[in-house]
Amino acid sequence: MTDNKFSIIDGKKRCIKYRKRILDISQKVSAIHAAGAFSALEMVDTIYHGLMRKNLKNKFIDTFLMSKGHGCMSQYVILESLGIFPKKYLDTYCTKNGKLGSHPDYGLPGIEASTGSLGHGMGLAVGIAHADVVEKKDIKLFLMISDGELQEGSTWESMMMAANLELTNLICFVDHNGSQSFGITKETHPKFYPLKEKIVSFGWECAEINGHNSEESLDAVKNRKTKKPLMIIGNTIKGKGVSFMENKPIWHYRSPNPKEYKVALKELEKIKN
Amino acid sequence: MRNKLADIIYKTGSKDKKICVLVADISPAGSMSKFREKYPDRFINTGVAEQSMIGIAAGMALRGFRPFCYTIATFALYRPFEMIRVDLCYQNLPVTIVGMGTGTVYSSLGGTHLTQEDVSIARSIPNMKIIAPCDPKEMEDAVKYCCNKSKSPTYLRIGKAGEKTFINKLSEKWSFGKIRKIVTGKDICILTFGPIIKKAFEIRDQLKKKKISVEINSCHTLKPFDLEGLKKRFKKFKFIIIIEDHSEIGGLNNIVKTAAYENFYKGKIINFSLKDEFIHCYGDQDDLLNKHGISTNKIFKKILANI
Repeated sequence: MTDNKFSIIDGKKRCIKYRKRILDISQKVSAIHAAGAFSALEMVDTIYHGLMRKNLKNKFIDTFLMSKGHGCMSQYVILESLGIFPKKYLDTYCTKNGKLGSHPDYGLPGIEASTGSLGHGMGLAVGIAHADVVEKKDIKLFLMISDGELQEGSTWESMMMAANLELTNLICFVDHNGSQSFGITKETHPKFYPLKEKIVSFGWECAEINGHNSEESLDAVKNRKTKKPLMIIGNTIKGKGVSFMENKPIWHYRSPNPKEYKVALKELEKIKN
Repeated sequence: MRNKLADIIYKTGSKDKKICVLVADISPAGSMSKFREKYPDRFINTGVAEQSMIGIAAGMALRGFRPFCYTIATFALYRPFEMIRVDLCYQNLPVTIVGMGTGTVYSSLGGTHLTQEDVSIARSIPNMKIIAPCDPKEMEDAVKYCCNKSKSPTYLRIGKAGEKTFINKLSEKWSFGKIRKIVTGKDICILTFGPIIKKAFEIRDQLKKKKISVEINSCHTLKPFDLEGLKKRFKKFKFIIIIEDHSEIGGLNNIVKTAAYENFYKGKIINFSLKDEFIHCYGDQDDLLNKHGISTNKIFKKILANI
């Protein structure tokens, strides 16, 4: 078993590269959910490169489950860069002979479950994590959920069960970008908050971090104090990295046009490590 | 039926460590209680949280387990419908959903506890299999199949407790996906599924007095349906009766009549199914069925008028 040595600088470089790749693909299709992928990106990168353990054959021991199905582009580009996805997968994204749609499908390498309908991942994760406990396997399950999924009753049902079953091996990241299809959550759904208190009251340990700061993600896992399931609220910016996409609900789904694409690329190139 | 379910799961689960049970606040009686005590890590009670029950079962199945999800049918199938569709059926996982007290079994509990359209709903989801055993003996075969052989999601539609056994020495052997002849006859063919088979036997006895011979078949596997077996019955019989404790929409009635049309069947088919109406009656099960035209007497009279 090897522990990943995570370099913050390399992580930042990778995330710029991933964002460019997502924007490239966005030019071929209208459906890409780029903004939601950009908000989750640093956390997903940290999970793959900093948290998931590998065996001596360089295969992942731990599991990553993308419950936030519409943010899957953040996972796809990482799976591609790790060689788990062949390049043709993303080159044929959302095409009739391709393997990938805009929500992940079970059966593809690196994809643990079919997601896209919100509020399913927590139940699946509890089942997977519990199965590993029953079989005494030392596997951690890293789950990524959207903040919108915390509006689904099913998520809370299974959170209760995760705590009942004392699933120490379950670590959940919340991509808290505070923005959903209808608008800004704080305005459209004010009683969604406070969040951390709700999570803690369901028997979880909870930390709140800047989701774009990989060091904070790593520390939140390293510094956990209890054996309870751990939830990390990553405060993020939807559309992070491209100024005109940031926190604008319209970018939930659409792809940039060719002019916007060029502007976005320029902005990404200007980002300094 | 539910005792048989618990017995088989306990016996199989003692040897096969991949068998697990998830319930949503159903009190574990009999062998289910033994399973819980002996294998606490493979028995999960999610409380009144059926979506969680299905989601967790799917997660365990993704790791190679073969879970049974068990609660009252309406809560087992309707409440977590999307989890069943996406987590179980879309991913094609070997999870058995045991719906207890199906059809009008929970007669006095009111419409919230009745499952008039469960077969119709379950049938429409790709990858889903449906088994509805007619008595405790058939239940045994069905549960064994789910424990040992099933490779996809299965809706196991059962009664409650105390059902009489109708399978006898002369009955055909149980085989998944095959219509099963329970008793032979030559004039009329009854097709049915589930514990309502009791009515078929009552009608058979009455018709016997009129020298009319009745064959009774248990269509225990509703999906995939044995269309070849059905064709054989179309050839042999000119008069087919369908009896089902289920809506006339999407159940055995639809299966048989669609096949009849496609096979140019020239005989007569009469169905006794629940109507497409909610039931506001709080008597015993016979009272409810009677409201929808399903009583031994009514069926008997209609058969005599049509033969």
